[in-house]
Amino acid sequence: MEDFEAFGALRDPLRRRLYEYVAAQDHPVSRNEAAEAAGVARTLAAFHLDRLAEAGLLETESRRLTGRSGPGAGRPAKLYRRAAGERALSLPPRDYRTAAEVLAETAEAAGLDEELRAAARRRGRALHGAKPVGGLEEVGAVLARRGYEPRREEGGAVRMRNCPFHALAEQFPPLVCGMNLALLQGLLEGAEGLRARMDARPGWCCVVVEETSSKNNED
Amino acid sequence: MTEHHLAQINVAALKEPLDAPGMAEFVSLLDPVNALADRSPGFVWRLVGEGANDATGVRPVGADVIVNMSVWESREALWDFVYRSAHLEALRRRREWFRRHVEAHQALWWVPAGRIPTVEEGVERLELLRERGPSPAAFTFRDFYTPEGLPEGAQPAGA
Repeated sequence: MEDFEAFGALRDPLRRRLYEYVAAQDHPVSRNEAAEAAGVARTLAAFHLDRLAEAGLLETESRRLTGRSGPGAGRPAKLYRRAAGERALSLPPRDYRTAAEVLAETAEAAGLDEELRAAARRRGRALHGAKPVGGLEEVGAVLARRGYEPRREEGGAVRMRNCPFHALAEQFPPLVCGMNLALLQGLLEGAEGLRARMDARPGWCCVVVEETSSKNNED
Repeated sequence: MTEHHLAQINVAALKEPLDAPGMAEFVSLLDPVNALADRSPGFVWRLVGEGANDATGVRPVGADVIVNMSVWESREALWDFVYRSAHLEALRRRREWFRRHVEAHQALWWVPAGRIPTVEEGVERLELLRERGPSPAAFTFRDFYTPEGLPEGAQPAGA
C-alpha cells in the first residue's frame, strides 16, 4: 500500500516535474535550484519537494552551501536527491524479483556464466531490430528508453547512471554484470566503430560504451 | 570501543598451472590489479608470498588452489575494489581460469584495527563458514555482520 501512496504523490504535474528534475541530477538539489528549473516560486517548490520527501520518493540532507560554519554562517540549506529505495507497482501482483534471484542463484551455483551471456547477447541483438545502431547518439537513446540514464562524457564515451538490474547485480556481481555487458554487446553488434566494455566505478553502471577509434586525446 | 577493519580470504582452484598458456591472461592481470588494490581508498594490507608481489605462491589448502587475503577499512572499501573497479572484469572471466566451487570460496570477518591476520586464521574462517554457515565470526557480503556481531540491517536492541 505504501507504494500506492508514493505513486499517488506524483499525480500533481508540477510535483512530478520537480521529482523528475531532482532525479536526473548528479548532485543533491536545493530548493532554489529546483524552483528555478520548474519556473515556480521557491516556497511552492519547497512545499512539493517536502511532500515528495514525505512520500519517500526523495531523501533530504542539510548542508551549508557556502562551506562556512559557526555564527553568521546562516541556516543550512535543505537538499534533495532521489531516494535509493526501489518502488514497483504491479496489478495484479507479480514477483519477478524473487524469480530472478532464484534463477541467478542457480546459474551462479551451476557456473552458467557462458550460457547466460549467450542468451543476453541474443536479447541485446533483438533490441536494435533489423539494422545495427547507427552511432553513440542512437545508442544513448536506446539506453535511455531502457532506464540506464546514459550520460555523454567529455571524451565522447557513454556512461550510465542507473543500473536496471541493481538489486540482482549487488547479489551476484560478476554473473549479472557479465550478463549486462553481453546484453549491451549484443545491442552493438554490427555497429561500426562502437564497443561496450567493463569499466566499473562506484555509483555507475559497470559498462561503458565508446567509439573504438578512441579520440580521447584529441577532445 | 576498538576500531575494526574488515578481513577477507578467498580461494580459487586453478584449471591449469599458472605457467600454462591458458592462464597467461590471468597472470598478466596480477600486477596491475594488485597495484590497483594497493592504491584503492581504504586498503590496509594484502597477503604476499615471500619475496613476491602476490600471494599465488602461498598454497595452504591445496597445490592447485591459490589464496588471496586482504584487510580493508570498511565494507564499502572492500566492495568498491572487488566489484566497482577493474577487478570486476577479472571476476567476470573467472570461469576461464578457475574451477567452479561447490563450497563457499570467500569469507569475511572483522579484526581489531592494526592487527594483521595470519593465513592459518584465514583458512580457519573459511572452514568455519563452510561448516556452520554465515556467523559474526565468518560471513559473506550477502549475509553480512557488523563488528558488534549483528546481522546487517538489524536494529540494535532497544532502538
